[in-house]
Amino acid sequence: MDENIKREIILDHYQNPRHRGLGEDDTYKKVNSNNESCIDNIDLYVKIENDLIKDIQFNGEACAISTSSTSIMIENLIGKTIAEAKKYINNFENMVNEKEYDENLLQEGIVYQDIYKQNNRKTCATLPYVGIKKILDTYPEEREK
Amino acid sequence: MNREDFPMLLQDIVYFDNGATTLKPKCVIDKTVEYYEKYGANAHRGDYDISYKVDQEYENTRRLVKEYIHAKYLEEIIFTAGSTESLNLIVQGFFANLLDPNDEVLITKSEHASNVLPWFHLANKKGIKVNYIPLDDNHYVTLENVKKMITPNTKVISLAYITNVIGDIRPIKEIAEYAHQHNIFVVVDAAQSIGHIKTDVQDLDVDFLAFSAHKMCGPTGVGVLYGKKELLEHVEPLILGGGMNESFDNEHEVYYKELPARLEAGTPNIAGVIAYGAAIEYLNKIGLDTISEYEKKLRKYLIDKLIDIPFIDLINIESDSGIVTFNITDIFSQDVAYYLNKYNICVRAGSHCAKILKNEVGVTNTLRVSLYFYNTFEEIDMLVELLSDKEKILKEML
Repeated sequence: MDENIKREIILDHYQNPRHRGLGEDDTYKKVNSNNESCIDNIDLYVKIENDLIKDIQFNGEACAISTSSTSIMIENLIGKTIAEAKKYINNFENMVNEKEYDENLLQEGIVYQDIYKQNNRKTCATLPYVGIKKILDTYPEEREK
Repeated sequence: MNREDFPMLLQDIVYFDNGATTLKPKCVIDKTVEYYEKYGANAHRGDYDISYKVDQEYENTRRLVKEYIHAKYLEEIIFTAGSTESLNLIVQGFFANLLDPNDEVLITKSEHASNVLPWFHLANKKGIKVNYIPLDDNHYVTLENVKKMITPNTKVISLAYITNVIGDIRPIKEIAEYAHQHNIFVVVDAAQSIGHIKTDVQDLDVDFLAFSAHKMCGPTGVGVLYGKKELLEHVEPLILGGGMNESFDNEHEVYYKELPARLEAGTPNIAGVIAYGAAIEYLNKIGLDTISEYEKKLRKYLIDKLIDIPFIDLINIESDSGIVTFNITDIFSQDVAYYLNKYNICVRAGSHCAKILKNEVGVTNTLRVSLYFYNTFEEIDMLVELLSDKEKILKEML
């Protein structure tokens, strides 16, 4: 993907983040995502019904990479089963960590393809994944089958 | 000024994070090496020449600190690992024993974590109350607001001399005078002021003062706790062991040394303390008045330029220190810091360890430029030019 298009997508999700909100009711589980080395701080509100991610919203203060990455992650995870979501997350993290990954599964997540070149920003791109994994990991493995 | 003294400045960097730590001049680095190469023995121990030399150098720094802050007695200078340790020592080793539940400590919401968390700990453990002196429209502390908060239960006022985000210089002398009329102790966190403005503890009449060497061209890992002698005598040592005891036979017969050794257990950061002496001599040679005046000029130059940029929100337009805090409208501070880093400009983004300040100024994270005497007007021009093009920032920050 062209560098300028990547930049435009990131800026668009930063300046107009999708799914900002605080979760309408207590069917949403709240989880915090932050990392020690920077000042980003994001809360995720996740609604899961029958192994299906029905909705995710987020709130907080974070940099352009973290905010856009959260917005893009949410767009890609809504409607997925927990198993599908874990697969997406794993694939995304492989990309960031310079391992083998499947480009076709990433949708707009592909804009962070070259983020590994900026070591100090890798944790920004993966910030929302820290939180979502905390929630998904509370679902037992057998329910994924 | 004096840029040639700083090896770090041989690199192509613009260093604007002096509130976090200052760069070290060659003479301080050389002094560290001198200790390890020429007389690297322990202090207060041996009966041989090089150990005697260590003692002389180590105690010379104590004398230099005493003169630097105009303390009355040498034993009022206690070496610690830094401001944080100094403040913890005084809260845990003195006030924890002195204060009763419901006694009140006054701080402000612009204090650094080191002047907040030790008091919170005492509040949770002993039931003392931590109250906040309200800040005025400029986020300053005024004597009037201090007076309003004092009750019969107020026992301590603990304030930074200069705060690390707002950069205001507090009227410590006036506050101390009023506090002492009401039998209230005054603790001052001088971390941000010690290398920038003159400190005279007798004139200010503060009870305790804490500061770090590394924020005044000295090495990291060295700090000072100053206390009035008659108060320090009552500070309970929190670290027990070698160097601080006179003698012991069994658990009932332990005799501690006199001040300052009683509060300096264990082998200290000898190289650091000795090199700290070189830092004080260095600053004395330039002159703190010269430093303060130059910083004021730099700051005014920067503010006058930033104020003309419509998308820059200045948090502290008025302030007498070298600290300038601001945000670019709608861009997260850390993104701007990353952008400036691409041009080798070092600024700080975040809450700067003053995490309750957001309740006062309404923003959590900011950019902070903190100046020192080796910064130049040309460096400020570079910074301002990079900040005045918002499209460029948005384009290059990713």
